[in-house]
Amino acid sequence: MKKRWICLFVENEIGVLARIAGLFSAKSYNLDSLTVGITEDNTISRMTISLTSDDKTFEQIKKQINRSVEVIKLVDYTDRPIHMKEILFVRVNGCSDSDITELFRISNVFDVPIIDYDSTTVLLECIQTENWNNDLISLLSRKFSNRIEIVRGGSVAVDAVSISER
Amino acid sequence: MEITGAELFVKALKEEAVTTLFAYPGGQAIDLFNALYGEKDIDVILPRHEQGLIHAADGYARSTGRVGVCLVTSGPGATNLVTGIATANYDSVPLVCFTGQVPTNLIGNDAFQEVDIVGITRSVCKYAVTVRKREVLAEIIKKAFYIARTGKAGVVVVDLPKDIQQAYGDDFYPKEISVRGYKPSTSVHMGQLIKALDILCHAKRPVFLIGGGVNIAHANKEMTQLAEQANVPVITTIMGKGAIPTTHRLYVGNIGIHGSYTANWAISNCDVLFSIGTRFNDRITGKIEEFAAGAKIIHIDIDAASISRNIVVDVPIVADAKEAICSLLEKAEPLSISEWVNEINHWKKEYPTDMGRSGLTPQMVVQAINEIFTDAVIATDVGQNQLWTTQFLELDENRQMLTSGGLGTMGYGFPAAIGARLGNPDKDVIVITGDGGMQMNIQEMATAVVYELPIIICILNNGYLGNVRQWQEMFYDRRYSSTCMRYRKSCQIGCNTPDRNCPQYTPDFISLSESYGAKGIRVTNPADIKDALLSAKQNRIGPTVIEFIIDREINVMPIVPPGNSLNDMILESEGYGE
Repeated sequence: MKKRWICLFVENEIGVLARIAGLFSAKSYNLDSLTVGITEDNTISRMTISLTSDDKTFEQIKKQINRSVEVIKLVDYTDRPIHMKEILFVRVNGCSDSDITELFRISNVFDVPIIDYDSTTVLLECIQTENWNNDLISLLSRKFSNRIEIVRGGSVAVDAVSISER
Repeated sequence: MEITGAELFVKALKEEAVTTLFAYPGGQAIDLFNALYGEKDIDVILPRHEQGLIHAADGYARSTGRVGVCLVTSGPGATNLVTGIATANYDSVPLVCFTGQVPTNLIGNDAFQEVDIVGITRSVCKYAVTVRKREVLAEIIKKAFYIARTGKAGVVVVDLPKDIQQAYGDDFYPKEISVRGYKPSTSVHMGQLIKALDILCHAKRPVFLIGGGVNIAHANKEMTQLAEQANVPVITTIMGKGAIPTTHRLYVGNIGIHGSYTANWAISNCDVLFSIGTRFNDRITGKIEEFAAGAKIIHIDIDAASISRNIVVDVPIVADAKEAICSLLEKAEPLSISEWVNEINHWKKEYPTDMGRSGLTPQMVVQAINEIFTDAVIATDVGQNQLWTTQFLELDENRQMLTSGGLGTMGYGFPAAIGARLGNPDKDVIVITGDGGMQMNIQEMATAVVYELPIIICILNNGYLGNVRQWQEMFYDRRYSSTCMRYRKSCQIGCNTPDRNCPQYTPDFISLSESYGAKGIRVTNPADIKDALLSAKQNRIGPTVIEFIIDREINVMPIVPPGNSLNDMILESEGYGE
């Protein structure tokens, strides 16, 4: 089992998201995240999908997706140099003064801005890789268990220009 | 010129050379029917149920090679198509299904007879779309026909809201279309093909395994030529049967859990398996680890997703069957493998597929059909009737078989035959069905009568849902749960011992046929089989039902028990599971 990334260019039409998502559920493929947005050409949407699978299933998933009439192009990002980011909001509730100080320290070390706070609540915004976000969540979960609210956006990815490894 | 959407719909059908339309009206399709009223170039056929309608379109498409076209209303009209959509799509049959829809401003309002048919059919069709603007109607219909018939053929659903049908707009219908996300493969990778031939020419025990792809591509003549040119024995799947004439010296038989002993033996013992147009479905492979275990496998299929999915292959080739076979014909050399061919012939003689029993058997019925009907389309239903037909029916260039292989839809056979006859008015059309499946679309008897279709319907009546009963007998300790069709409330619970005293069968197929205006013949004696078929052949003005009363507990043999490899076939059911 391995983490995979694919990027899809699809027709910007009603029902295409359902078709792709439906394919994963109908065939029992495991899907970790899916993001979709319009491209510079407003007839085309771009999806970034992350999933975990073995090699054989992954080959089948790619073929099945390619079979959909609405899919214009599929790019396998798994082993390619890409930039990839995920937006994450973490809201920490019920903070004491020392909690807030600690959160400002975390904000510095992890390079995640605090974009809003009051006397008991702090809101962090983290635009980082999925792994980085996972690490941050696990740290915050330990320190502020049962007091955090997490909003994750799923990853978006784009081909790298000059780097060979992400 | 400005015309309505409904008028454009009719124009599009004509441009696509549609001459037969299978259609059932309703509130949200009434404008389309209005535009069709009095239309001379299109025969509008009115079946009695939308499921019968789509199976008829399917039978029409399979038997003519043309796109089958359906038109139904919204809501229940559309949902009644679903089983037929899945049936056709599974077997790569090109259909375009138009469904009426509530006006666009009502979509999502839970309007009367509104369903999301595009959402419902998404996983069982090739493409589905709702037309949301009158301006794109022509383009979408063009696209629908193009997608349905090209590449791996399939079903396209076009949902037409009522306001789009009524709206005025351009009368232009495009001659050609290109779809940026859809580029069916039209060429063959020569490098891979040469690699495949290289493996084949070094083989000592090669076989061709031919699936439905060759029949769909209408490459039967070319396939026969290839088998002869390479001198390689041919095994088929159920869907591939008829790819070469079944009486051909190189034809071995069907593979699979009810295949012929020799075909399964040859697959298990071959050193090169050259497959074309099959997806290695679980019904043919048996236990997957032991399938063709010692063989190098070459796999040609039009669908990249079918390759290396169920079994790992050595040489994958994505191509249309006909294209590939034609390319192979340019290069294939004859093999000297007489020892292997002799061995296969030896097993064929030693273990022929033969019911070997007295009384009226399905084998006798099918063999009589072989003798009497030389230019025919034969449709089967699903279950034992289908398996016996695939075992005993002889096929060649003038005889074609229609069967629901992928989805296995009971109720398919009879309406499919109606479509086949409409598409082939010069051929005899015969249905081989069971007493269970016949009742699933029996209302189409009215369709066959009113359109004066001389279809011959052979019902093999054993009073059971026989295929399930056979499994219950062999693998479930004879627990005949819900499979007896002669059951009445007065019967003993859990009865598994049919005898003379069982309640009478209902319906009486003969008087039922007669009440529809069809002819009915009941046959209980083997001596009467041919006379009944010949008398049915004489009836040119409508359908004839022949009810063959067969033994109640007759089994389809041989069989590969579930989970076993093809090598472990049971030849006799007698005593098995006791």
